[in-house]
Amino acid sequence: MAKITLFVNEKDHVLNISPDTPLLYVLRNNLALNAPKYGCGIERCGSCMVLMDNEAMPSCIRPCSSLTQTKIITLEGLGNPTNLHPVQAAFMEEQAAQCGYCLNGMIISAKALLDRNLDPSDTEIRAALERVLCRCGTHSRIVKAVKNAAKKMRLNA
Amino acid sequence: MKRKTFLKQTSSLLISFNLFPLGSCFDTGNNNGLNLHGDPNTINAWLQLNRQGKITLFTGKMELGQGIRIALKQIAAEELDVDIKRINIIIADTGQTPDEGYTVGSGSIEGSGMAIRQAAAEARLLLLEQASQKLQRSIRELQVKDGVVQFINDPTISVSYWELLKGRALNGKITGNAPPKDAREYQLIGTSIPRDDIVNMVTGQSAYVHDIRLPGMIHARVVRPPSYGAELRSFPKSKIMAMDGVIDIIKNGSFLAVVAQEEYTAIKAWNILRKESTWNTKRLLPLQANLFDDMLHYKGKQQIVEEISGNQQNMMHQHEALYKSPYHMHASIGPSCALAKWESDQLTVWTHSQGVYPLRKSLAGLLNIPEQKIRVIGVPGAGCYGHNGADDVAADATLIAYHLPGKAVRVQWMREDEHMWEPYGSAMAIKIKGSINNNGKMSAWHTDLWSDTHSTRPGGKASHLLAAQYVEPKLTMEQGDISGGASRNALPLYNIPTMKVVAHAYQGPLRTSALRSLGAYANIFALESFIDELAFLAQRDPLHFRIDHINDPRALEVLRIVTEKTAWSTRTKKQDTGLGLAFAQYKNRAAYFAVVAEITIDKAKKEFKVKKLTGAIDAGQAINIDGLKNQTEGGMIQSASWSLFEQVDYSDEGVSSNTWDSYPIMRFTAIPDIEVVVINRPTEKPLGAGEAAQGPTVAAIANAIFAATGTRIRDLPLSSKKVNW
Repeated sequence: MAKITLFVNEKDHVLNISPDTPLLYVLRNNLALNAPKYGCGIERCGSCMVLMDNEAMPSCIRPCSSLTQTKIITLEGLGNPTNLHPVQAAFMEEQAAQCGYCLNGMIISAKALLDRNLDPSDTEIRAALERVLCRCGTHSRIVKAVKNAAKKMRLNA
Repeated sequence: MKRKTFLKQTSSLLISFNLFPLGSCFDTGNNNGLNLHGDPNTINAWLQLNRQGKITLFTGKMELGQGIRIALKQIAAEELDVDIKRINIIIADTGQTPDEGYTVGSGSIEGSGMAIRQAAAEARLLLLEQASQKLQRSIRELQVKDGVVQFINDPTISVSYWELLKGRALNGKITGNAPPKDAREYQLIGTSIPRDDIVNMVTGQSAYVHDIRLPGMIHARVVRPPSYGAELRSFPKSKIMAMDGVIDIIKNGSFLAVVAQEEYTAIKAWNILRKESTWNTKRLLPLQANLFDDMLHYKGKQQIVEEISGNQQNMMHQHEALYKSPYHMHASIGPSCALAKWESDQLTVWTHSQGVYPLRKSLAGLLNIPEQKIRVIGVPGAGCYGHNGADDVAADATLIAYHLPGKAVRVQWMREDEHMWEPYGSAMAIKIKGSINNNGKMSAWHTDLWSDTHSTRPGGKASHLLAAQYVEPKLTMEQGDISGGASRNALPLYNIPTMKVVAHAYQGPLRTSALRSLGAYANIFALESFIDELAFLAQRDPLHFRIDHINDPRALEVLRIVTEKTAWSTRTKKQDTGLGLAFAQYKNRAAYFAVVAEITIDKAKKEFKVKKLTGAIDAGQAINIDGLKNQTEGGMIQSASWSLFEQVDYSDEGVSSNTWDSYPIMRFTAIPDIEVVVINRPTEKPLGAGEAAQGPTVAAIANAIFAATGTRIRDLPLSSKKVNW
């Protein structure tokens, strides 16, 4: 066990934890955040995506001890039901969900994309979401949601 | 009889009330305040109104991501004439909801939906009766606006449902006599009311069984053997017990689990146990290369599914073809998860099972305790698409919790567990022989199909739970007969005077059970490919060839829509492009679905790509148009993924498809454009729709590949490597 400080959703969190624990388990079990999810444990499905210094990154392998200097933002940090981030609002508007288990990875990846490119093409959107798996087949709606979000963000920009 | 007429004729109905409290929410596992109504023939079993004007619905069906909650709310709000926002819904919970068996076969609207429609119609009638007495006006002088019963001529003379009930339960029987609303009066049914659960998903609120955190919760992982039926020889017990944070190792026969305070500790211990435990293994046979040979020569039961004898005349062409479909995974994105707690002689289980009541019975059998001691609470999981690891992980959690009284135990399967141990959709072989007469019509059809079972759901039996097959005394699953799902959609809907379908049982090497659409996927792949082959032999347009053998106007309509949308008649003019058509009515009695696949080819690269899928669905009365569309789009994409990318690989040492690398599914850059047209028929019965797209989509892609390349691929997956470039 070690004392580790993580900067998550704009706050410092001091944790007494085994330093090899991957970030995912710290977020879910120590910080009670539900959005990042276990899917494969080897960075192949994107269920556990978080923003690490504004890049969409899987959290299931990287140990928390390696992330003490990283700004971590989870889906919860983007917005909440009464104050939604435009990407979250767009996913609701397009009803871009079936089971919804993949949405964390989709929204986090979309946010990272739109932060660098406010007018992405279809191809760019698909490429940005490529590492996140969806089994329900909600893909075409998700692409629409990202376009809708881009439009909202351009209006706000 | 129309509702208004009926109401005019009804004088009075017996209404009684009880003072039983309303159902509470699920989160504590505490049995106080539950809706222990028992009798599904009462309104109270399905819906309850509280003093504050909130309405709670109870469904025995499970939310699987299909959006059943919003559809059922729409049905109830429509019948009761209330704002849908007043309605809360409680899903599958043996402590609160009716027993509706399994949430399967696209049957929830036809089952739970129609039960709730009837219960709500009865409730409305009883409440109108009450209001009529209270307001001293006849029922025909009253109208309902958002739960407020008003005198039509002076709406200030009014009383609300909740003022009438004052929190008491509606205790009427479901007589079947209260007429549901006339479809022409619908205001909510057939509209696209957005799902209200998506806000929780997009903001990371607790939405899944995976997110439940019980006080003092501990974590477990089950160490599954390297292959089916292996027996545990040894495991590094002292090494694991010496690990900081490990609480216990549970070993019962060949069932091995590790329990720890922290989840990651359990995972580290699981990793060591997987590497260092030793097992007596059994070879997995036949080898994958010999699978279909073995299947076709298997000496098992046979069953004539259908036999129609007509005159066989003027046979011009006879044609025969063999189609093969490999084992497919459900491949849920979120590995199965369950929580269990054994306390004060009571077991509570939180699960994403598709059937809480059958699971309760199976768990009772596993522990050899009465069912009444168990409460099984359904909480959504990641999409399952059929019988995956949900029930098995609930059994794992149950065994571990039973061993550790007073502790809330959370078990989640690892990715490898889900990939290697879920029951797969069965591999199938389908041989079809057909004849065309000299009028260019099909005159005879003969299908032989081979399949392992499509149904090993626990269904109340403990022996079907994976863990039960490894604990002592070991339970063995009885191999059933030919499962009904094997021949689903094997019989052509086309007018053919002579038809015969024979199903052959196969007991294959891999564990199998229900995967979305069961045998319909492979049967429709074969049938609709074969129709295309016959059309080609008869030198006919595949659309016209189909139309010539169909009478049902609803079937013709879905075909018309997709072919018009895709400019079918000009299809041969496009370079390096192929269009393929397919059609089916799910189960030959549920939703109608037709689809055109457009593929493009790159001859230099020797590759094809599915560019677009255009579908049309008629599921009768659509409850939620967008929900139906979403299900259909998803079905098309999922079927395309199965068809282009997927097959479970194994060797004699076990299943080797154990990661997303060894069992890839379709990712974004391969996803085709999708267009779906919903045909709403408000005056028809609603029909199950969740599985309608699986079969036609694969056949349409195969037919498009033939149109573009001239290669007929009859063994799935449909890969570019199989094309004769």
